[in-house]
Amino acid sequence: MTLLHWAILAPFLFATFIPLVYKKIPKIHTGWFVLVLPVVLFLYFLQLLLSQKHQETMISTVEWIPSLGINFTAYVDGLGLLFALLITGIGSLVVLYSIYYLSKEKEQLHTFYVYLLMFMGAMLGVVLSDNTIVLYTFWELTSFSSFLLIGYWYHREKSIYGAQKSMLITVFGGLSMLGGFILLYLMTGTFSIRETIANVDTILSHDLFLFAMILILLGAFTKSAQFPFYIWLPDAMEAPTPVSAYLHSATMVKAGIYLVARFSPIFAFSAEWFWTVSLFGIFTLFWGSFNAVKQTDLKAILAFSTVSQLGMIMSLLGVGAASLHFENVQFYTVATLAAIFHLINHATFKGSLFMVVGIIDHETGTRDIRKLGGLMSLMPITFTIAIIGAFSMAGLPPFNGFLSKEMFFTSMIRVLEMDLFRADTWGILLPILAWTGSVFTFLYSMVLVFKTFTGKLQKEKLPKVPHEAPIGMLIPPIILASLVVIFGFFPDLLAYTLIEPAMASVLPSLLTDKDHFHVHIEMWHGFTPELFMTIGVILLGTVLFLTLPKWKKIYNLQPEKLTLNKMYDRFLSTLDDTSSRFTRFYMTGFIRDYLVYIFAFMIVLVGTSMAIQEAFSFNPDHSASIGIYEVILALVMIAGTLTTVFSKSRLTAIIALGSVGYSLSLFFVLFRAPDLALTQLIIETVSVALFLLAFYHLPELKRKEKRLRFRIVNFIISLGVGTIVTLVAISSHSERVSETIASYFIENSYELGGGKNMVNVILVDFRGFDTMFEITVLGIAALAIYSMIKLRLSRREEG
Amino acid sequence: MTFSLYLFFAGHNAPGGGFIGGLMTSAAIVLLLIAYDVKTVKNILPVNYLKMTAVGLLIAVMTGVGSFLFGVPFLTHTFGHFHLPVLGETELATAVLFDLGVYLVVIGVTMTIIQTIGETE
Repeated sequence: MTLLHWAILAPFLFATFIPLVYKKIPKIHTGWFVLVLPVVLFLYFLQLLLSQKHQETMISTVEWIPSLGINFTAYVDGLGLLFALLITGIGSLVVLYSIYYLSKEKEQLHTFYVYLLMFMGAMLGVVLSDNTIVLYTFWELTSFSSFLLIGYWYHREKSIYGAQKSMLITVFGGLSMLGGFILLYLMTGTFSIRETIANVDTILSHDLFLFAMILILLGAFTKSAQFPFYIWLPDAMEAPTPVSAYLHSATMVKAGIYLVARFSPIFAFSAEWFWTVSLFGIFTLFWGSFNAVKQTDLKAILAFSTVSQLGMIMSLLGVGAASLHFENVQFYTVATLAAIFHLINHATFKGSLFMVVGIIDHETGTRDIRKLGGLMSLMPITFTIAIIGAFSMAGLPPFNGFLSKEMFFTSMIRVLEMDLFRADTWGILLPILAWTGSVFTFLYSMVLVFKTFTGKLQKEKLPKVPHEAPIGMLIPPIILASLVVIFGFFPDLLAYTLIEPAMASVLPSLLTDKDHFHVHIEMWHGFTPELFMTIGVILLGTVLFLTLPKWKKIYNLQPEKLTLNKMYDRFLSTLDDTSSRFTRFYMTGFIRDYLVYIFAFMIVLVGTSMAIQEAFSFNPDHSASIGIYEVILALVMIAGTLTTVFSKSRLTAIIALGSVGYSLSLFFVLFRAPDLALTQLIIETVSVALFLLAFYHLPELKRKEKRLRFRIVNFIISLGVGTIVTLVAISSHSERVSETIASYFIENSYELGGGKNMVNVILVDFRGFDTMFEITVLGIAALAIYSMIKLRLSRREEG
Repeated sequence: MTFSLYLFFAGHNAPGGGFIGGLMTSAAIVLLLIAYDVKTVKNILPVNYLKMTAVGLLIAVMTGVGSFLFGVPFLTHTFGHFHLPVLGETELATAVLFDLGVYLVVIGVTMTIIQTIGETE
């Protein structure tokens, strides 16, 4: 266990003490104690960053299940460290924010912080694990903790709905991902990601390659809320705002991004990867931003905006993968660069925006933009932060969003120049969707700011009297907003500390030793096409914003029934209905039906296996000659059987059954089995007596003597069973392979058993063990009858 | 009754044995039951048949366990000829003890069933 392992596990260990602290020290807000941990971790990872500069990676292994090749290998490279810094950094700010957001008196703070710490640890585990199984373990832990956090206010119906939805979707993806990992293991024989990357040649030519890729992408797409799996994210907004800010904008939803980036060195050589990741990403970008404009709830806007931004990062990763095929590396790696840069930017501005929305919600009591307005003068600091965040999100200079958006356009335009995967024809889709998506991004960013802060104040509609938030609540968004500005003006701060090592992890095969990517981010490129695209976005966006009420009807064009949410709901309820109908269909509750299933199954199984194996054979060699007594007895028996089956009254059936039993004992006499004959005789007598007893006590109510109704199904099945059993008996008799062991018993019953009655010697001596349990069975039967009759608790007594 | 005892003891060398012997014994008791009533028979034969079942099972298991004492596997039987004071030269087999267990269980079981059903109304 190195310090690194402890760093990953620290949140879990810390979480165990939280309830104790909460109970023992109720005076101080529990969050203050929690705050220590992410700050310390952040400083620890920051210190690692300095060593990271020289492209050194840290790796250390703790054995977990070494026999299966599953080890807890912590692995720190550029990408992992970038995510670790995001997780702990934003985590610290979110904890600080939550201290002011959640009330000490009203809320169950300990559960909140336990879940949050659990999430933090799981997230660190995801980004710092080298072993896919360990990664999967932590991955599901993030799903679970997210589920718990969304359902934090568990008395609200919407929270439960959102939690369940996100759980179902992300766990579906997680399980697919596990399947992908297992396929990778089958291909390479290792669970380690680094070793898998080293074996990339075997994977590329393997048949399972495509399946593994699709399954892993399913995991990434569900977690990162890509189309069409984004539907859980807007519903996850029922969580407390700190949770939304942390999980559903900055960290957890980026786990899918992380996965795609992490597995890029393995899959990125294929055209399928390029197209799937880019197209799903770009369409998610467009769809998310398009739908964000329609929303009236601030958090819903932000949720759709997150979806769209994640799509943008995803598409950039897809496009960046194409750079593996080109000589001119720097020309195409800009997409990967943009992806990583925007990842950081998005975490900063989206985190601050969520916090802003949380403040507005907290201070006015509503998040509905139709009720809000004119808050600018009342909440000046919040307004400033909101403007910075939203403008950065819209991609306006001089904020960092502008830079990454420019690079986004650059890489999308360069797709057109690619001459592989047929990107030169269909590739035109990418810049077009990117540009339209950006227009809508601009639009909802403006809606977010101006509908909330400008216009008229509608005091009568607000549940609370609005005022500026306490300073503690403002500090975290202020820090994030200042980061937005700082990264906007000095992007080189990040260039070689964070972005370049992360790029090296995503595209390791492009680098030779001691080489590294040149990261150059500038505010001003000159009059490039990208700049004109941005100008176009702003112009069209402004026009659209001003005319918004006029064309908003377009959103009604999509029928309610065809939305993905409705489809999801319908899918769930149909699944529910169908399975219960199916169960009700075959679980009738009638033993008769179950017997039909059992016998039919037996006929089909035995019959088909006999047919397939061609097992039937008839060989009369072993048969003995048939005597006249046997024929007569058999006729008597058949007559008894027929009477039993076709008799009108039950009494006849019982007596006929008795005659069958007695003729059976006569058969035993005939075939020289005196012990069996004796036993059969007595047992038959007893059972007939018992049948008569049961017959005598039949209830009066339905005692109409009725003939057995003829049912064709029953008839066929009983005929089938009879035939099958007969066939099996004949075949097995004809195919006797080895001598019986009977001769041994005959020879040795007196020698070894000391008796002349062979049957009895077998029963008590050779096979005494069976007899012992048979008498046990008898004993149990007697006890059961005794207790059934004696211990009748009537319902009245029980109640 | 005597016939049943005969069946029981003859079991090793002629048709019969613990099972049929037990059934026969209970048949005899059933005859008593038919002739008299449940209470009378209970007075004549004050036997707890459930206990009888248990004792029979115990005997059967113990003969099995007993073979451990001689260092042989479970339920290994042996036999030998002994000179007993009353009966003279007699062949005794441990299998008979096992059969005795079977005998007792069978009587116990049948009588429990019959008596239980007979007593209910």
